[in-house]
Amino acid sequence: MIRLERVTWLTGKALRIMTLLFALCVISFVLLSYSPIDPVQAYVGADMMRVSSQQREQISEYWGLNKPPLERFVRWGRALIHGDLGVSMIFRSPVRDVIKDRFAASLALMAAAWFFSGIIGFVMGVTAGMNQGRWLDRILKWYCLTLASTPTFWLGLLLVMVFSVWLGWFPVGLGVPAGQLSEDVTIWNRVNHLILPALTLSIIGVANIALHTRQKLIDVLKSDYILFARAKGKHGVQLLWQHGLRNIMLPAITLQFASFSELFGGSVLAEQVFSYPGLGNATVQAGLRGDLPLLLGIVLFSALFVFSGNLMADLIYLVVDPRITEATTL
Amino acid sequence: MNTSLTARMPYPVMAFIPTLNRRQQTLLLMAMAAVVVGVMIAAGILLDNDRIATHFDQRNLAPSWNHLFGTDWLGRDMFTRTAKGLTVSIGIGMIASLASVVIAMILGLASATLGKTVDSAVSWLVDLFLGVPHLVALILIAFVMGGGAKGVIVGVACTHWPSLTRLIRAEVLQIRFSEYVHVSKHMGRSRVFIAVRHVMPHLAPQFLVGILLLFPHAILHEASITFLGFGLSPHQPAIGVILSESMKYLATGMWWLAFFPGLSLLVIVRSMDIIGDHLRQLTDPHSAHE
Repeated sequence: MIRLERVTWLTGKALRIMTLLFALCVISFVLLSYSPIDPVQAYVGADMMRVSSQQREQISEYWGLNKPPLERFVRWGRALIHGDLGVSMIFRSPVRDVIKDRFAASLALMAAAWFFSGIIGFVMGVTAGMNQGRWLDRILKWYCLTLASTPTFWLGLLLVMVFSVWLGWFPVGLGVPAGQLSEDVTIWNRVNHLILPALTLSIIGVANIALHTRQKLIDVLKSDYILFARAKGKHGVQLLWQHGLRNIMLPAITLQFASFSELFGGSVLAEQVFSYPGLGNATVQAGLRGDLPLLLGIVLFSALFVFSGNLMADLIYLVVDPRITEATTL
Repeated sequence: MNTSLTARMPYPVMAFIPTLNRRQQTLLLMAMAAVVVGVMIAAGILLDNDRIATHFDQRNLAPSWNHLFGTDWLGRDMFTRTAKGLTVSIGIGMIASLASVVIAMILGLASATLGKTVDSAVSWLVDLFLGVPHLVALILIAFVMGGGAKGVIVGVACTHWPSLTRLIRAEVLQIRFSEYVHVSKHMGRSRVFIAVRHVMPHLAPQFLVGILLLFPHAILHEASITFLGFGLSPHQPAIGVILSESMKYLATGMWWLAFFPGLSLLVIVRSMDIIGDHLRQLTDPHSAHE
């Protein structure tokens, strides 16, 4: 019975994601095909004066831009099903490869930020929740609310000023040292260039999870079983460890998985500030230089990224919390 | 960034002033935040445009009493630039969050009142718009609109309604199934009467608070998208433009170019957040028990 419920639930979810992705394909394709920016001009750039109208036609023929939108969409969609997203105009290589390479770099950044902001935010939330109403709680809460109002890129700029310009501890930008062959780049080089952007994202990411964990812990501490545990003489860390922690862990983990959207947006900004060659940087370049295939590919990929985060959050709930399955079988 | 829509406790910063009760503390804090925002807008409107003209004799000055935030490489007064930029940003943020709240109101009301099909359609739409990261959606829309203030406003308006739509839907559903609406229905009141007299009054504060609570997200996203180069043009005074220009001068040690404008943005966003959050507490009877 429970198994069947889970299967139908999963198929429903999968169907929903499929329809959403399809709609997204259509919407972004339509939007981009009506954009006022001429892709040929964006491709040629500053050399516009030196390109004859014949060459223009050849270029648009080469990219298939002279066909009507519907035909282009069908062509693009058919290729998409085979896993072919087209060729990026600015990187001159298949969009799939660009996204794969860039995402690998971004993944290191986002994973570090995700992990550290999760752990630190959780600890901050628990600390604030256990000390509800005291000064420590007020300071932590004020700090988190202020962080939520802080522009990510400004924080990045501050970190650059302090750690790179004043202290000279870290390089100012780029994923690897400039002027170095890619074979010579060591792991240490990569990590060194990763620290500041990851730190920026971790600091910003703490706010949400800390505030939610704090609120959850306060709710849990009001419950009857905590009252009973207190009556038995439990308090402090023991009370938290035996009764509080497991109840607030699950919402925190799911929240962290559901925050992929903000993580991605944050990494776009952080990568721009630190010139980190990740997917966010590619997004900005694709938009600024009118690389339609790459922009389309990134929009779809980012949506897939967010959906998989949400799906994981749902799955964790389904597997870990027995109450959810009971509720669906009733 | 959704924290501002979740429940918060009253702000006890003023607790050391014993003569004020909690409501008065809240009002005082709101008034202070409003003054901060008001001063910044007034400065943006009243300050002379001559201060942001090029003055080659006053280039790269560190902050002083004459130039509170210093001057840039063209001798422009950074405080004036910041104030004018923030005023533009506040205007854009207001229009965008107003549009966003209107969309949320319409869709929230529709999904709560027009039956199951509309409800699931709206929930599908919400999922669709939450599926793409805000910033990527903003880049896409700004790109399609060809940049400029219009692109930012449309982009922010299109991406910020989903969370509020869910809240409004829940609120309307709660009212629809409450007892006084049942009684009113049995007394023969029309649907229009119920909508106007029973449902609308509950939504009016949601509307106002919604604008104020969406505003910080709107203005932050406006600054971000301009910073990335998709928003306002470099000729307009805008915080995003100021900060992205300052990146070039960071290595020269001109820290004031980035520090003060960003800090001002933070202060304005936080002030608006405080106003919205406390207004929510004042208008929401549930939070009175906290």
